[in-house]
Amino acid sequence: MASDPKLESCALKPADIARRVAAELPDGAVVNLGIGIPTLVGNYVEAERGVLFMAENGIIGAGPRPEEGREDKDYINASREPITTLPGASVFGHADAFAMIRGGHIDIAIMGALQVSARGDLANWTVPGLGKGGIGGAMDLAAGAREVYAIMTHTMKDGGLKLLEDCSYPLTARRVVTKLFTDIAFIEITPDGPLLREVAEGLTAEDVQAVSEPKLITNGSPGTLMREETP
Amino acid sequence: MLHGFFLNKENDELASDKVYPSSRAAIADIPDGATILLGGFGGAGIPENLLVAMADHPARDLTVVTNHAGFGERGLAVLLRQGKVRKIICSYAFHRSAFVFRELYLEGKIELEQLPQGTMAERIRAAGAGVSAFYTPTGVGTQAAEGKETRTINGREAVLEYPLPGDVAVIKAHRADRAGNLTYRGTAANFNPVMATAAPLTIAEVEEIVEPGVIAPESVHTPSIYVQRVVRGEDLGLRSET
Repeated sequence: MASDPKLESCALKPADIARRVAAELPDGAVVNLGIGIPTLVGNYVEAERGVLFMAENGIIGAGPRPEEGREDKDYINASREPITTLPGASVFGHADAFAMIRGGHIDIAIMGALQVSARGDLANWTVPGLGKGGIGGAMDLAAGAREVYAIMTHTMKDGGLKLLEDCSYPLTARRVVTKLFTDIAFIEITPDGPLLREVAEGLTAEDVQAVSEPKLITNGSPGTLMREETP
Repeated sequence: MLHGFFLNKENDELASDKVYPSSRAAIADIPDGATILLGGFGGAGIPENLLVAMADHPARDLTVVTNHAGFGERGLAVLLRQGKVRKIICSYAFHRSAFVFRELYLEGKIELEQLPQGTMAERIRAAGAGVSAFYTPTGVGTQAAEGKETRTINGREAVLEYPLPGDVAVIKAHRADRAGNLTYRGTAANFNPVMATAAPLTIAEVEEIVEPGVIAPESVHTPSIYVQRVVRGEDLGLRSET
């Protein structure tokens, strides 16, 4: 958001975005968290909501990072970080983990995005050029989860757009993103196009439209995305 | 697939005790050109001792199927540096820690086939389960589907994928009995159990070896018939280089 001082000053911090995404999750959902901001989402989901977090390296019910010195080499998450387990957790191998993902047993995959199109195409595994990125589980999650929540900054550091008519980067999957959370907006991808649900405090729908390639539709005036008073 | 080169395999199948005295002995007959299914994910469940033994073993022209293209300077990275690997089939090629692979790849010295992680797991599973091929929606409309047949099934486009067998599976488990039954621990199972099913020779490195019967039948994760050789390995801490 370096392109525009107004957008920059109103942009949400990663924790604010994670908090908003967490609030959007249905109670009891089975959720896979991708690398980056998505990993923060778990911090804002209260245990009583019954949300289950699944990681593609074979665990449901990972708990917080262990104290220093108490790491167990055999317990890690998909980002290779040490984890603990919660009561009721289970572990399994890759064939089962991806049967779960591909078989439609994961309700929501929350993934970082590089670009999202007006129809919900997702590009998040590589950028053009040789020797960059990796597919990992992204294509399986994008195609297999019932819903995909994408998280990204609304524009590139140089001001380049990321919410586009068509993605220019190699695709992860077509027509899969259902909800897009950026640092200035919450947008639902509907059959009629991207629906602007909420904008960051201090900004207008026009401000968001100005940095989005597709026409954003609105349904009344959008709600407000709040920032924490203390960052 | 290579056939008929495992001179020791018949002996293996007759053996009721599958324990080998060393990692070096367990991998000694892996030939040039073999396709190796190599277990491990993100530092967990990597057969570290078997990889170290492979570095001292002359086999070349290998194809290695594994989740990521090595990390740091040890383990698989040693084999890559030695020029023993002709091709990597993996799901995540260019992690920042896979700098040895990246360098070779950019110099045109190694081939790469990159697959969605679930497609890789399922192709290996298909190889072990006698599935001739399968269709999956994963990868449709992406580079992962380029050159592959697609078909619309129940209104959804899907990509045709074929089995991915190995000549040898080099895996890590937590515990084995002498008959070759295996158990895994935590998230260290990852690709290891499915890989054990998809090669005629599976070599399992474990932390502990017990007598048959100590692992209760209902606690066995990988049944003995999938495993031909078992060797005990030390914790070498290769994962700490992530």
